[in-house]
Amino acid sequence: MSAVLRAENLVRILPGEVPVTLVKDVSLAIERGEFICIMGPSGSGKSSLLYLLGLLDVPTSGQVWLDGEETSVYGEDDLANRRLEKLGFVFQFHFLLAEFSVIDNVTLPMRRLGRLDESAARARGLELLDRLGVVEQSAKHPHQLSGGQRQRVSIARALANDPLILLADEPTGNLDSVAGATVRQILKDLAHDMGKTVVAVTHDAAFAAAADRRIGIVDGKIDADWRAA
Amino acid sequence: MRIQLQVALTHLTGRRRQTLVSLTGVVLGVAFFLAVSSLMRGSEQDFIKRLVDNSPHITVSDEVRRPRTQPAERRWADGAVKIRNLKPQTETRGIRGYREKLALIEAIPGLRVAPVLVGSAVLTFAGREEGVTLSGIVPETMKTVSTIQDKMIEGSLDALDVNPNGIVIGTGLAEKFNLGLGRNLTVVAASGASRAMKVVGLFRTGNAAVDETQTFTLLKRAQVLFERPNRVNRFLIQLDDAYAARTVAQRIEDAIGDKSVSWVEASEDILSVLVVRNIIMYSVVSAILLVASFGIYNTLSTIVLEKTRDIAILKSMGFHARDVRLIFLFEGVIIGIIGSLFGLAMGAGLMQALSQVQIKPPGVSEQVFLPIWWGAQQFALATAFAMTSCILAAWLPARRAGRVHPVEILRGAA
Repeated sequence: MSAVLRAENLVRILPGEVPVTLVKDVSLAIERGEFICIMGPSGSGKSSLLYLLGLLDVPTSGQVWLDGEETSVYGEDDLANRRLEKLGFVFQFHFLLAEFSVIDNVTLPMRRLGRLDESAARARGLELLDRLGVVEQSAKHPHQLSGGQRQRVSIARALANDPLILLADEPTGNLDSVAGATVRQILKDLAHDMGKTVVAVTHDAAFAAAADRRIGIVDGKIDADWRAA
Repeated sequence: MRIQLQVALTHLTGRRRQTLVSLTGVVLGVAFFLAVSSLMRGSEQDFIKRLVDNSPHITVSDEVRRPRTQPAERRWADGAVKIRNLKPQTETRGIRGYREKLALIEAIPGLRVAPVLVGSAVLTFAGREEGVTLSGIVPETMKTVSTIQDKMIEGSLDALDVNPNGIVIGTGLAEKFNLGLGRNLTVVAASGASRAMKVVGLFRTGNAAVDETQTFTLLKRAQVLFERPNRVNRFLIQLDDAYAARTVAQRIEDAIGDKSVSWVEASEDILSVLVVRNIIMYSVVSAILLVASFGIYNTLSTIVLEKTRDIAILKSMGFHARDVRLIFLFEGVIIGIIGSLFGLAMGAGLMQALSQVQIKPPGVSEQVFLPIWWGAQQFALATAFAMTSCILAAWLPARRAGRVHPVEILRGAA
């Protein structure tokens, strides 16, 4: 299998009077269809690593290859285009747009990409919501939903443009154990049944136990890289 | 609908009250801009119309702009020539060969011309004397270049044709002398010639200086009185297109050599005052829109601050900085368009109301309606100003929104 996402000697230093090193010389390769968990204590740099892998942040040095393309040559707009087409994000807080209905939130990335017309985007959005079990909520607004439902909607939104990789930052961090288990199972199924690569940053031990591969981060460096048998 | 536009609309409808306040600012700005500028432009045009209608468009007089060059000056064109003891010729003043020149001017299409001989005279009546300007006219042609016929309140200019010893005077003068139509008075010209004349017409222009000092008699009678037979010293010219006056005046001067002054040239000082007045007016009314644009800036800045997280999420999703800027520019444009539409309607209402207002300016005897100019240019200008200030007001918040860095926001939220 070829690496769908590869990082080489990633360093991220926050400039300032006292520069802070967030990520220290990280190299790793992620295969298609892997369900990966990045673990580590607070402030270990795991979220920063995720932002670098997700092309949200630009490394101080080192390279990221996404789907075989070296990304350090890209400007801000090109990086945004890669995020739009190939990546999907799920965050600890759902980050749904409050004024938009559930279905409008889900179709947002499709409409920005513009490959589907409005009705096709809507149909795909409903299909995704259906797959995630929240299709009855499609006309509601985010504040009318439970935490678990909101997170499922934000997963549907992350899947809108059929990304190669789903990046999740503490996706269950704000959910109770039942809702957390559902979200965990959804992400696992996405990797195993639909061939999506899922990279999740988490504290949650149960979440980590479900992953195919666990990467431990301490002080911005890879401390452990463990694969399930 | 474009996704950026939809987000923009959602932002605006989400903050209804603030949007409404911003909108009101634009509506009032556009309405007052329109009402005030249409009133100012209306009064300006009214003023120019009076200026143009009440005076000849072009006056040709028996003067030359430059004195005739002396033969010595022509001989030594490069030298400094000093001529001493130059004696002016004593001659009958006036436009030489006026009939030929008149024919020459009459041949130009689109104008009407009247020959006039103007001089000073003293009127005496019942022991009272008044110095006046006496114009010898041909009633037939004078009527085509002057509004004096419309200002007649008793008698008429035509009466001069019937009675060669008739004189037409203003009501101001008539009041001074305390005389009326049909009375005789004595006219003494500067040359000393005097003649008894009968008042055959009274006019009132509303301008005291004119009503008290201008008098008219037949051209032939004036030529005799002033001892300038076969001479006139003015051509008064009225054009179909008043704004062509400058070029036509130049053309006439080139053709006949006598000084031709257009109303534009004669009123240059007044016209420049109008320009200054317009600059002042436009700065004041645009200040209203400027204030309105601060309201928009304030609203949009608040939205940017409030929606920073949304902006971050849109950018993380793959929206470009340009898309985000567009969202906020759209918000400015939407406020601008809606504000302009309502503002134009309200402004038109204000203009309608103002045009019903009657005022009595000091020194004028009749009531007049406020002059309002309904030109499309005002509407376009008000809209353009409003749209520009809305877009400018949206630009800064839009730029700030475009610069939002998703990671900084996500880090803060986590």
